[in-house]
Amino acid sequence: MAPALINANPIVYEKKERPARIRQPGDNGFDEYAPELIDQLEIFEHIRDIKDPEHPYSLEDLKVITEDAVEVDDKRSYVRVTFTPTVEHCSMATIIGLCLRVKLMRSLPSRFKVDIRVAPGTHATEDAVNKQLNDKERVAAALENPNLVDMVDECLHPSYE
Amino acid sequence: MKRLSSKRLEDRTVHSLIGFFSDRLSDWRALHGVLVGCLALMRRKSDTGAISSSDASVVARSFMENLQVQSYGQQDRKLCFEILECLLDSYFDAALTLKDEFIYVICEAIDAEKDPQCLLITFHLVELVALKYPESSEELTSYAEDLFNILGSYFPIHFTHPKGEDDVKREELSRALMLAFASTPLFEPFSIPLLLEKLSSSLPSAKIESLKYLSHCTVKYGAQRMLKHHEALWSSLKDSVFTSATSSLAVGPEHQDNKIVAEALILLQKLIQQDNASFLNLILKDVEIGMSLKTLSNYKSHDDISEPDKQRLNAVGQILYVSAAASAASCNAVFQSFFSGLVNGLGSMTLDEKPHFGYLYICVELLAACRTLVVGPSTTTYPESESWCGILHGICSSLTSSLVKSMKESTKDVDSHYSVKGLRILASFPGNFMPVSKSTFENILAEFISVISLNFNNTSLWRSVLNALAEIGSYIEEYHDSEKMPSFDVIVVERMVALLSSDDSTMPLSLKVEAVSEIGKTNLKYMLKIVQELNKAICTSLHEYWLDGNSKSAERAMLLLECYSVKVLPWFDNIEVTNDVPMHFALKIWDEIQVSTIFSNSLKEKKLLEITMNAMKHAVASCSEVSQSLILDKAFNILSSSTSFQLDEPVQPAEYSCRDEWIISLFDSVITALHPKTHLNNTNQILQILMRALQNGHVPSAHALGSLLNKMPVKDNKLGADSDAQFCTLEEAIDITINRYISDDNNEIGVSNLKSSNVNDGLEHVSVHGIVGLAWMGKGLLMRGHEKVKDVIKFLLNCLISNESIDSSAVCQDMMRAAADSFGIIMSDSEDCLNKRLHATIRPLYKQRLFNMVMPILRSSVVKSDSPITRSMLHRALAHVITNTPLSAIMGEANKLIPLLIDGLTILSEDVQNRDIVYNLLLVLSGILTDKNGQEAIVENAYIIIRCLNKLVFYQHMMLVRETAIQCLTAMSELPYATIYRFSTEVLQTLSRALDDPKRSVRQEAVKCRHAWTKISS
Repeated sequence: MAPALINANPIVYEKKERPARIRQPGDNGFDEYAPELIDQLEIFEHIRDIKDPEHPYSLEDLKVITEDAVEVDDKRSYVRVTFTPTVEHCSMATIIGLCLRVKLMRSLPSRFKVDIRVAPGTHATEDAVNKQLNDKERVAAALENPNLVDMVDECLHPSYE
Repeated sequence: MKRLSSKRLEDRTVHSLIGFFSDRLSDWRALHGVLVGCLALMRRKSDTGAISSSDASVVARSFMENLQVQSYGQQDRKLCFEILECLLDSYFDAALTLKDEFIYVICEAIDAEKDPQCLLITFHLVELVALKYPESSEELTSYAEDLFNILGSYFPIHFTHPKGEDDVKREELSRALMLAFASTPLFEPFSIPLLLEKLSSSLPSAKIESLKYLSHCTVKYGAQRMLKHHEALWSSLKDSVFTSATSSLAVGPEHQDNKIVAEALILLQKLIQQDNASFLNLILKDVEIGMSLKTLSNYKSHDDISEPDKQRLNAVGQILYVSAAASAASCNAVFQSFFSGLVNGLGSMTLDEKPHFGYLYICVELLAACRTLVVGPSTTTYPESESWCGILHGICSSLTSSLVKSMKESTKDVDSHYSVKGLRILASFPGNFMPVSKSTFENILAEFISVISLNFNNTSLWRSVLNALAEIGSYIEEYHDSEKMPSFDVIVVERMVALLSSDDSTMPLSLKVEAVSEIGKTNLKYMLKIVQELNKAICTSLHEYWLDGNSKSAERAMLLLECYSVKVLPWFDNIEVTNDVPMHFALKIWDEIQVSTIFSNSLKEKKLLEITMNAMKHAVASCSEVSQSLILDKAFNILSSSTSFQLDEPVQPAEYSCRDEWIISLFDSVITALHPKTHLNNTNQILQILMRALQNGHVPSAHALGSLLNKMPVKDNKLGADSDAQFCTLEEAIDITINRYISDDNNEIGVSNLKSSNVNDGLEHVSVHGIVGLAWMGKGLLMRGHEKVKDVIKFLLNCLISNESIDSSAVCQDMMRAAADSFGIIMSDSEDCLNKRLHATIRPLYKQRLFNMVMPILRSSVVKSDSPITRSMLHRALAHVITNTPLSAIMGEANKLIPLLIDGLTILSEDVQNRDIVYNLLLVLSGILTDKNGQEAIVENAYIIIRCLNKLVFYQHMMLVRETAIQCLTAMSELPYATIYRFSTEVLQTLSRALDDPKRSVRQEAVKCRHAWTKISS
């Protein structure tokens, strides 16, 4: 028998529309050399399509992450993502966090420091999870585990399409 | 087996054969062969010896006794059905002798059939049964229910599995079933309830299907039988219309995006047409519709109505429209019960000063309905005795005035939009249709015109009124309405023309031009009138501009000319009537130039000249050969009368005044647009003049020269040698033009001559202009496939290469760049000249030919050259050639080209100025990468490609280059593992830096690409 699901029946929220970024008016206004800073939306684009480890929905569908939960400072090379597990005792929280971290690790320049945390008050063992997710050694160790890596890769797959 | 259907066989042979086959039907082991044999025999035509009726009944009997159709395989079942079909079709007498047993056998055979191909025959079988047996016959009546039960279970047709390739289409099946359903009225007691039941299902496709079937059956079953279902039909019809109507309000026979509604309305129309009174009464007395109409006064304005209410309103409107439009009698009934109430409601807003959108909408809907009755294709006489005409006549004027009022006063766009629609419908009744009088028509037109000339600030209203006017105009044109034409002429067209010529600046010119051209498009007569006025306006504004460089009149002229070349000329191209409009236009402009001899010297507006040239080109291009020569003569006269174009002056470039510039440019435009067959006088002089202009760096002259060389006849046999001296052949033309630069005996000297003469005279740019001119001429020659192009190319190549001996001063560099770019000119398509619209002679595959000609030379010289400048210039030329050659030609030589291409990318990317060339080259590379034929060449050169791409990922001058480079890398990751795995570390390093690119889209590509490459390395 398959192990029981932690949250068998999650609420699926309606997705926000994805408006295309407003281009600079006309091609003439396009400045070849002006840098476009990495911003909230860009980070969110990277992680919104990650699949939930349990369900065939994306993290955005389940409101585990929202655009507002991303803080970014390009100049100081700092990103913080705060995510909200669907239920308080969700044991998948660490997996979700790991997925977020791996995806951002692969998508952001190496200068960035990535901080992943559970939203305060939404998880039973909040501190433990946070500690685990931001401990380099433990993340590295987790990524040595082929089962975990497979699982993470499966979750990340939709976000590359 | 028996496949020789056309061979004559004796009756006896046929008889014994069929006897044999029908006997063997009992042998299940030989069944397939026997079935094929039977079928072949039965399908024989009587002229080659067919089986007799008695034989057929033997077959049928044996069939009935021996076959258990449903237990066979699909192929055999199909054959069985075909035999039955054949029996019914050709040997019905035989079938009839078997009485009801035969139908029983059919029922048994087709019961629970599942294969779509067999089903198709099955349905046809049932249809045949129903058709062949007389309606009253005992057999059919007794089996109707059974037959229908078998059929009914298939409805609605719905495939649960995805279709195979050669499977029967769903539509086909559904159609066959529909025909079977409707084949006999005897099915009516069973089919209608079934269909109604399916109609209430929630599956949209089932709804559409059942509505379709119902409309078809209604016609087939006849009014009598349908009568008892009317109430049920109406209620479910109403339901489906009300629930699935969209909330966007449609008027009249507009396209319904909802298929259910569309089908329902068709059914409604059929029902009403079949049986006027009773069904219509249902509608008229319907409580829900009555309620909706009563509450119309609540709907003040389109935007205030809630979505469900809009849906409801649309449904009611559509139902009423269809019912009124179904027939004259139904129209009478609908008008009698509703119309005057509606108009009163609409009129009542004059009292309480509020728009009544609900009334407005339904009124417009009904108007549209009665118009379809009047202008329908079948009606030739207008049913003025019908009572609805009377009603309409009675309230026409009040209706018009309320509509006008609501058009003007309503603040919301949508509301006024509907009023305009209503007025438009009123105005487009035929002229001899009495209820809508001529004065009403004129009244409406006058109101529209006043909106056009005064209310231009309200753009949406303005546009819809303009559209309405154009539609009325084209309606009058279409029906040759002699009564309305004069009023339209006077009220609309005259006013429009006046609008154009008037100087008042309250109304923006762009709007005026738009209005005028829209109206003109409706009718040739109007267009001619308008064109006259346009010509006049263009000339005056050009004139004013030339006199004092007035920027306002320049703008005016630009707008008018733009309208001319974008709207008017294409319109004339499309109509078949031959006309001189373009010619008159061209001549008029030349006249204007001739007359105005004083030009202000401060004419800065280059754009106006460009637009004028463009209009001139298009005008001349659409003229016939004869008119072209007329224009050309005129232009040449003006040209030669101007002093600065005299040929006897010393050969040195003259400074052109503004007027000269205009004259020569427009002259070039004329030349560029000529037909190949147009007769040219004074070719010699023209060529001389153009060559002079060319030395001044006048690019349009280069275009003209190129076009001339492209189109001139090779040798004119008719005129022979003793033709007038001013005429010359292509060879002579080449002598005059090209050979001035290239002397045949020694190219090297030609080049150095060119150079040294320039250096001596201190005229740095002359040589560059010469090269540009040569490029255009070369293009003209290349496109017609003339041999001389080789010399031109050789010369250009020499310009590129032979520089090594001479110092690489700035002059030489300019020249080399020009020579390199000339390959771009030769290879690329141009908007300005030498294209299809301007009648160029274009041989197919000319680009490939040049590619094959130039490539080997360029390749070897790249290898030979050692000066960096020459090398980069050579690559520049090469890049031009490669990017403009069709990809398929490149593919053939991909293996040899790729190293060159990569080399070129590396060298060219060092200079910022080359960034567009780099981008185009990169696109070619990505084209090779994505083509499956290019794989091999890519694999062989993988290393250098990846090294080059890795560099281009950081090409700081152009985002698109970086983006494309990364995309190419992504495409490379698809190559065989063995080829690319060793590059993965390098590529991943590059990409991790690219993640920090300043541009977002590059970063996104980098993420994707990195993912693709990580998969390889892990």
